Amino acid sequence: MGNQQTYFKRATLVLVMLAAFGLWLWIMGGTALGAANPGGQGSSLPWWAWVIILFVMTFAMGIVAVLGGVGGGVIFVPIVSGFFPFHLDFVRCAGLLVALSGALSAGPGLLRVGMADLRLALPTALIASAASIVGALMGLALPANVVQISLGVTILGIVAIMLLAKKSEYPEVKESDNKESDKLAQMLGIHGTYTDFSTHQDVQWKVHRSPIGFGLFVIIGIMAGMFGLGAGWANVPVLNLLMGAPLKVSVATSKFLLSITDTSAAWIYINSGAMLPLIVVPSLIGVMLGSWVGVPILTRTKPTIIRYIVIALLLFAGARALLKGFGI
Amino acid sequence: MSPLKASEAQLFYANLLNRLTLIGFALLVIAFLVYISGLLGSYVPLAQVPSYWTQSSHHYLQSAKITPGWSWLSHLNYGDFMVYIPITILAGVTIVCYLGVIFKFMKTKEYILVGIAILEVLVLSAAASGILQTGGH
Repeated sequence: MGNQQTYFKRATLVLVMLAAFGLWLWIMGGTALGAANPGGQGSSLPWWAWVIILFVMTFAMGIVAVLGGVGGGVIFVPIVSGFFPFHLDFVRCAGLLVALSGALSAGPGLLRVGMADLRLALPTALIASAASIVGALMGLALPANVVQISLGVTILGIVAIMLLAKKSEYPEVKESDNKESDKLAQMLGIHGTYTDFSTHQDVQWKVHRSPIGFGLFVIIGIMAGMFGLGAGWANVPVLNLLMGAPLKVSVATSKFLLSITDTSAAWIYINSGAMLPLIVVPSLIGVMLGSWVGVPILTRTKPTIIRYIVIALLLFAGARALLKGFGI
Repeated sequence: MSPLKASEAQLFYANLLNRLTLIGFALLVIAFLVYISGLLGSYVPLAQVPSYWTQSSHHYLQSAKITPGWSWLSHLNYGDFMVYIPITILAGVTIVCYLGVIFKFMKTKEYILVGIAILEVLVLSAAASGILQTGGH
């Protein structure tokens, strides 16, 4: 009986969220058409109405992002570029600043408890931030429809990663692996200890395959800069599954990494005139407040259900970006 | 149980990042309220902004006659450009933190990390300088 009640509560929550999303799409119908037609009027709504709508939507996105275990940027860019009348340039700049703000807020706490590791972040951030400049420049130079199509493909790829990628709490890094293939990690002193609060134990860790891992951060950086997505979805699998950092260290270091990677790309967009305060500030405050509200809710809900909702949203937004790129 | 397993450099970075980020967020809220309240007036009138945001940033700069890069510094008497101050702080905190941590690594003679941190400062400074721009699309 108790299980049945819980089941109904969860099902109701899912239905309410889907209904809210459907209602929103219905309300946004006209502006979505405006967005598909760059240069069009977009909407007859006054500026303040857009600020309020954007704030409410990004507040909801902040909650969903926390519950779904993803960064704000990865939800923000596909949804806002797909269903709001803003040009992709402004959305990507706002997306980067949203992801950057989240990373700046979380960074100090994660660094203090040793979950995020500065030594692991330093080389990866250098590679990713240089590459993200290239990505941002490419994103601003390429035709908007090409970027939109690439964004759609990337979002669908992220959905595949979210569905298929495994996670490893404490990956095994063999001593022989470390000696043969990872003099680089040893030279940079990439290893550490953190206290796992769930088990109350100190966990020692090190990494392997760092040359390949560092190489992949070139691609991650370019994608982060080009699409303004943040890059936690790609950072975590590389740090955790490929390089062998524990899952908690990977997630925390990835979050901290965004504060560096997204900074360089954000500067390119800011200096190119893509920073519109009316889009950036409500989005940033909305996502931040949503995240604060989302954390206590997280303790009372089952993340798996929300994660599937996030996947469904991304699937929908990815398809929408593709169609928009093709002018459909 | 001590939760502190972070190095001195890492703790220094965390504390500096925390302070600067808080200042940035506080100023962002204040500057935005000043902007939308119309207390200072806007370089681009608020009501006209929706006519620009459907076009590319390149078109926006041309139509609104805004010079890209750091030219906003000479227009700080306008509310919309005042919002650039906290955004610049938030986008600049990482550079300041890296500059600080370079000295920490020098103290501990970790010269490889000093080199990486200097390179990162150069990369971020190049991005922030406004030299790297595209012609737009």
